[in-house]
Parts: sequence; C-alpha cells; structure tokens
Amino acid sequence: MSRQSKKRHILPGFHPSLGWTVIWLTLIVLLPLAALIGKTASGGWEHFWVTVTDPQVVATYRVSFGISLIAALINGFFGFLAAWIFARYEFPGRRLLEAATDLPFALPTAVAGIALTALYSPNEWLGKYLEPLGIRIAFTPAGVLVAMIFIGFPFVVRSIQPVISELSADVEEAAACLGANRWQTLRHVVLPPLLPALLTGIIMAYGRAVGEYGSIVFISGNIPFKTEITPLMIVSKLEQHDNIGAAAIGFTMLLASLVIVLIGNKLQAWGNRFRKSA
Amino acid sequence: MASFIDFRNPPGSDRRADFQIKATSEPLWVRRLLIATVLGFFAIFLALPLLVVFEGALAKGWGAFFGYFTDRAILHSIQMTLIIAAITVPANAVFGIAAAWAITRFRFAGRAILLALIDLPLWVSPVIGGLIYVLLYGRRGYFGPWLQAHDIKIIFALPGMVMATTFVTFPFVARSLIPLMQAQGCEEEEAALTLGANGFQIFRRITLPKIRWGLFYGLILCNARAMGEFGAVCVVSAKISGMTNTMPLEIERLYTDYLFAAAFSVASALSLLALITLGLKTLAEWENRRQFEAGQRALLEQTIEAPSS
Amino acid sequence: MKTPHLLLTTLFVVLFGMVTMLRADISLLNVSYDPTRDLYAEFNKVFASHWKAETGEEVTVATSHGGSGSQSRMIQDGSEADVATLALAYDIDAIYEKGSTGTPGEHLIPKDWQSRLPHNSSPYTSTIVFLVRKGNPKNIRDWDDLARADVSVVTPNPKSSGGARWNFLAAWSYGLKKFGSDEKKVRDFVSGIYRNAIRNGLPAAARASSITFTERRVGDVLVAWENEALLIKKLHGDAYEVITPSVSILAEPPVTVIDANVDSHNTRRQATAYLEYLYSPEGQEIIGRNFFRPVDPSAQAKFAGQFKGLDLATIADFGGWAKAQKTFFSDRAIFDQIIREMMR
Repeated sequence: MSRQSKKRHILPGFHPSLGWTVIWLTLIVLLPLAALIGKTASGGWEHFWVTVTDPQVVATYRVSFGISLIAALINGFFGFLAAWIFARYEFPGRRLLEAATDLPFALPTAVAGIALTALYSPNEWLGKYLEPLGIRIAFTPAGVLVAMIFIGFPFVVRSIQPVISELSADVEEAAACLGANRWQTLRHVVLPPLLPALLTGIIMAYGRAVGEYGSIVFISGNIPFKTEITPLMIVSKLEQHDNIGAAAIGFTMLLASLVIVLIGNKLQAWGNRFRKSA
Repeated sequence: MASFIDFRNPPGSDRRADFQIKATSEPLWVRRLLIATVLGFFAIFLALPLLVVFEGALAKGWGAFFGYFTDRAILHSIQMTLIIAAITVPANAVFGIAAAWAITRFRFAGRAILLALIDLPLWVSPVIGGLIYVLLYGRRGYFGPWLQAHDIKIIFALPGMVMATTFVTFPFVARSLIPLMQAQGCEEEEAALTLGANGFQIFRRITLPKIRWGLFYGLILCNARAMGEFGAVCVVSAKISGMTNTMPLEIERLYTDYLFAAAFSVASALSLLALITLGLKTLAEWENRRQFEAGQRALLEQTIEAPSS
Repeated sequence: MKTPHLLLTTLFVVLFGMVTMLRADISLLNVSYDPTRDLYAEFNKVFASHWKAETGEEVTVATSHGGSGSQSRMIQDGSEADVATLALAYDIDAIYEKGSTGTPGEHLIPKDWQSRLPHNSSPYTSTIVFLVRKGNPKNIRDWDDLARADVSVVTPNPKSSGGARWNFLAAWSYGLKKFGSDEKKVRDFVSGIYRNAIRNGLPAAARASSITFTERRVGDVLVAWENEALLIKKLHGDAYEVITPSVSILAEPPVTVIDANVDSHNTRRQATAYLEYLYSPEGQEIIGRNFFRPVDPSAQAKFAGQFKGLDLATIADFGGWAKAQKTFFSDRAIFDQIIREMMR
C-alpha cells in the first residue's frame, strides 16, 4: 500500500474497478454518443440550426419538455401522497399497492402504449364515457399527459419513501408539545426535510417522460404541432432519409437531458446533506 | 435513524399515550381521504391498463391463449428475449459492481462526472439509444466499412440488439448499489484489510453479503427492462418475425397484423414477467426490512440486558 | 455470486440460440412494406415448392415488414436484404443514392434498376380507395365528400408513410381534375380533407391507420390502399364497404434485387427467379387473390370482378417521384405548408 496516495487508495482494487468502469462506459455510452455528435457536426452548423429550429420540431419541444413537466408535477403530488401512506399508514392491501407502484417501470413500453390507447380511444373502455362529456383523451395532449403520468409515477414514490420512513417522531412530538396543530407541524417541521427528495423524484420523473417513445406514440396520434413528441421527430427524420437531421435533434435532446441529469444529481447531493444532519 | 415507535399500529394497540399518537399522525378522516385518493389514482392509472391487456389476451378464450405460445414465431421471440437478457444482465452487473466499488470506496477527480455519465442512459430517449449504434456500426457508420470488409454483422443482427439493450439497462445495477454502498461505509472493508485480507477476499466475504439485496434489486430491474425494451431495439432490428424479433417487437408485429388477441397474449406474458419481478423485489424488500428490524430488536435486547455499570 | 454457473448457463443459452438460428439451406430475405404481409406469406411458400420442383434446391424466404421509408433506410444501413419490394420507387431510388456497400463510390443497386423487370419493375399495382362503415351512413361517394364539414377522415402521415403519399397525390389528382390548374383551389380542397383527418391523428403507417379505423372505431372513412380495404372487407364481412372514388392514382410498388447483397450471398440466381416468379401465371394468381391488381392481362381478366374501373392518374403526371417528393413532401414543401396553415 503506497503511503503517498493518501486516504483515497487504502482499499485495493481502485485501478481495476475504475479501469473496467471507464472501458465499459466508453464502449457502451461515450463512443456511440461521440458518433452522434460527429454525425451532427458533419452536417454543418446551417443544417443543424435549420433542423432544430424548424417550427414543427420546436412544437415538439413544447410537448416533450412542457407536458412532461406538468406530468412530473402531478406525479409529485400523487407520488408524495402515495409515499406518505405507504410509509406511515397501515391498511389492508398496502403491501400490494406498494408493489404495484413499480408496474409502469417494469411494464414494457409498447405494451403500455397499446393498453393506454385501448383504454382512452373514443369508443373504448374509458373513452366512451368521456366522449359524451366532451373530453377526449386519445389523440390529444391530454393523452400524452396521461401516458407521461403513467411512466413517471414510480420515480417520485421511490425517491421520497425512504426519506419519509427515516423521519423520527421526536421532532413532531416536540412540535406538538410546543402547541402546534397537526397541519402546522406538517408544514414547518415534516415537509422541509422532504423537499429535496421530492424535487429529485420530480426531476427524475421529468427526465423519463421527456425521453419516452413507446408508450406515448400510440395514444398521442402524432398530430403535428399538437401531440408530436421529439423522439418521434427523430424517427420521422430517419424515415425521410435525413440521418443528419435525426442526429441533430438527438443531440439537442441529449444536451437538454444532460442539463436535467446534472441538476438532478446536484439536488440529490443537497438532499443527502440535509438528511445526514437530521 | 428510524424511530422505534412504529407508526403503523393503529391507536390503542401499542399502549402509547393517545397524545403521542395524535401528535404524530393525522385524524382518521384525513387518513381515509388520502388512502382513497391514492387508491383512485392507482386504479385509473395503473390497474386499468393492466386489465386491458389481460382482457385483450383472453378475447378469444383460454384455449387460443395457450395456443399462441406454441406458435413458432412467438416461441422464437421468447428465445431471443431470453438470450438478450442473459447476455445483457450479467454484463451490466459486473460493470455495476465495478462502478459502485470505484465510486463509493475512493475519491478521485471526475467522480461527479462519472456519476452523471452512468445515469445518462436513463434520461436519453431509447430511440437515440438505438440510433447511435446505427450511426456507429451501420454500413454508413463510422465503423461500417471496416465491419463490412471483415464480414462482421452487428446492426440488424443479435450483437446490435444486445448493445442497444445494454445501453438502455446500463445504469440499473450501479444505481442500486451506489447509494447502498455509500450508506454502508467502508469501515468493515478497511478492518478486513488490516486483518490481512486481499481484494477479492474483502469483496467476497465482506462486501457481497452486505450488498446482497441491493444487488438483487438491481438485477431484477435490469432484467425487467432488458426484456421489455422496445424503442431502442426497434431501430436496430431487422424486423424479421421468426428470426430477429424479441417479444416486444413480436407484439408490435402481431398487433400490426391484426392479430390482436395474440399480441395481447404475448403482452400479458411480458406483463406477468413484470409482476413477477415486482413480487421478487417486494420479497427482497421484506427480507431486508425483516433483517433490519431483527437487528434492531437484537440491539434493543442487548441494551436492556446489559448490566448497568 | 455463483459466477461459474452463471457463465456456463449464459454460454449454453447463447450457443443454443445461435444453433437454432443457423440455416443449412439457401435463404432469401425479402424486405417489404406493411400491406404485403399476407401476399408474401402465401407467395413464399408457393415459390419454395416451385423452386424445389424445378431445381431440387431448398429455399426459405424470410420477410421483413415495416414502413416503406424505414425499410429502405434499413437496407441503406446494412440490412442483408436480397430483394426489396417497397411501396414507392422513391424509396428504392434512395437505396441507390444513399446506400453504401462499405466501399466508397460503390452502390448497392444499379441506377437503372427499374428497367430490369417488366412494367417498371412493378409486378402488381394498386390504387387508393375509401373504406366506410356498414350502410355508408355519411353517404360518402367521392373525394368531395371527404372535405365536407361533418365527415371525419382517417389517413396516415405522408411524411412517414409511403401509402400516405399515394393518398395525398390521389386527392390532389382529383383536385386537379375538378379545379383545373387553379393551384390555390386544389390546395384548399386537399387542405379541407386533411383538416378532417388531423383530429384523428396522423398515424405513422398504413396499417396503423387501418387499425385506428377498424379496431379503435375512429372516423367515418379510411383512405387506404385498395388491397388493404379489400382485405379488411374479407376479414370483417359486411361491417365495412369499399367505395371506389371516380379518380385515383395508379400506385406501382416496385421490386428489385439488391445486387451487392445477392452477390456476396451468392443468391443472385434464386433472388432473380423469386422476383420473376411474381410475373408468372401462378404468381399473378396469388397477387390477384391477395387483392393486388395483377399486371398480366389474362390475370387481370380473371380478377376483373374484384376491381372496379376508375380514372387513374400516375406518378408521371407529377413529374416522377423525385419531383413529387420535392414539391409536396420534403421539408417546408406543400404538405408542411398546409399543416402549418391549419395549425396556426
């Protein structure tokens, strides 16, 4: 053991583990992504700019990034509620529900897409009750929203639940002793430590919904300017034999995702610091 | 740390003062309302789609349902799915363990970036996941001419599909292990080191038992995703039913061929797999919690029994 | 972790899989578009027994189906197709222009591929018709009715579906016939049709739109390939009716051998025979039975009852595919403009 490498290299296996990690990462992630960047660059700045600022493509950003945000916030609300009752309440079927939370995560995307379409089309299961009310879900942004809520839900629950379980009762009891009612206790004592985890969960649900393809394309109807999602634009460009355009849009999505990932990780780190001090 | 007071026992059953209970939980009507709301959400958003799948599968009766699983093309797709998972999951497991070891046991420059890069495939659209391999290994791609010259087929054949699936399922094992290993700390490994163990011994005897359940979660999630992946594989697949289709691709093929009952049947098989995965995961969580609580109880007993000095 | 066991299992599974995928006999890969599934399912079997009888060789033909454009892209990117049987000549031209063999300057197929087989390399043709629900409640007879305010149309997206481009051009042809050379009027007319369609989404492929119309029961009328419409009628009986408009377009889906691939697989003889067999009496019979219009006159006479006569425009009227693509379907061309105006 070399003394001069300070504390960080006390345990063995640094070089093999890091080396193997970097090799695998390069082969599977970095090299292909470099190809994406290379392909984009090969088309030149002009082509890139024209492709990613095309009004129809820009409309998809609104859908992919905008509706995902709404879905993520809705998931934040219901996910929080779900995590709360899983961690704090006892009722029949709790364990079943807890297990069911991960269903969207484990269910194949194509299956989810077909099922959602079969559910919400105007003449189907739910759709036929909603249609007379003037509510149409399939082939509208509402349908896209529903699909995005479906796939992002588990992320929020899984982010907050451990944190809620770890809350200690002492602080709440102390607050009650000092005269706070339940609502005040919740607002000022319980919720603040949960906020970072909640934010992390929301951002993760957001990132997932942005990139999703399979579950959304069936129910969205792919109406230009209304319900087209950005991944669909990529596929569309590929089918028009415009590989460079596809790469350009892919690259833009990648940049946006990278920003989301970095923010997500920063939030997680902040949340962890908060947790340790509790 | 988790409190010894168990929130889940209803009032009156664990002999605590009612005041304590009131201070740390909501009134009954609020609890009921929240539970009902969440149940409603689950029913609409999660249960119904699953019901649709199973109903569609049985549309032509149980006989037809089982009959589909004797069809050659469908059986082949199941085989393809299993093969791809069998390659992808172990490979990503090894990577995940290596990455978790490197990140949680050492500090080095670029650690944060490595962490972000590992998470990347989770956020990238699966369509891009497939596209980048075509850009790299397709005939018109960067390695295309070289591969062509050596008659190596990657895209539109099994290797390409394995790679696309690997990309998409890349982070799962690492993500399960990293927070776990970070929380567990490395004191025990360092102790083992001082006692003379070498790297592999430390890993096999100390680390592995500790991370067993985390590794298990990661593996089954990785597996579920690998078997269900559609978008990325769609882009790199040759779409030849009976030769290169995985189960999700076969579902799409059957669906597009107007064979809806068959499509939903295969879909329900995949959904069943998802449910089994969830079951295993829940089992693992119970086991974990049971062990944790047993440990806590043992600790408590020891503290009580220890002679006061 | 039981590493040795895991490795061995993996190895076994992989080998097992590879063995079952090995083919000892000659195999051809036919990369085709969506609506030809049933056609080639039948044709491949018949060709295999014909070839066996003639030469004693066992041939298995595998087919891949998908959107014509994405199938073309797949061949360009390296799919080992022996033959391509796509929806439009444009998609095969793209294979010539953009496909790569790995060696720069070399092409996958020759430039004059279309003249190698009779009838512009199209052993079958089809056209665009309407499919309506039983009893034709909205009384849809011709393209005019599709532009009516109370009619809901289902048609796929021309940007991603080959069939959809034929649909668009058929509608345009009718417009030209009705309004002459007044482009604005023709444009408004076609615009009206797509306005009635867009509410139902623009499915990405022909099959997807058929499914939307039949399974999801959306829309009053489906604009579809004639062979699709007739197939749906066969599957669902009198739940649907096929309405033939007065004017439509002659869709000529072409076929070709992919030279670079057949030469490297040594399957040129079989692949060429495969395509030529499509023109034979037996092949034309199968084509007619699967609701495609045969090109051979005697087969045409035999199936005359199945196909109605109508006024057919051709892609030549639009100056060929390259010109049509540029005028109507490329970025910011007419279709994009129509959609943009509609959605603003």
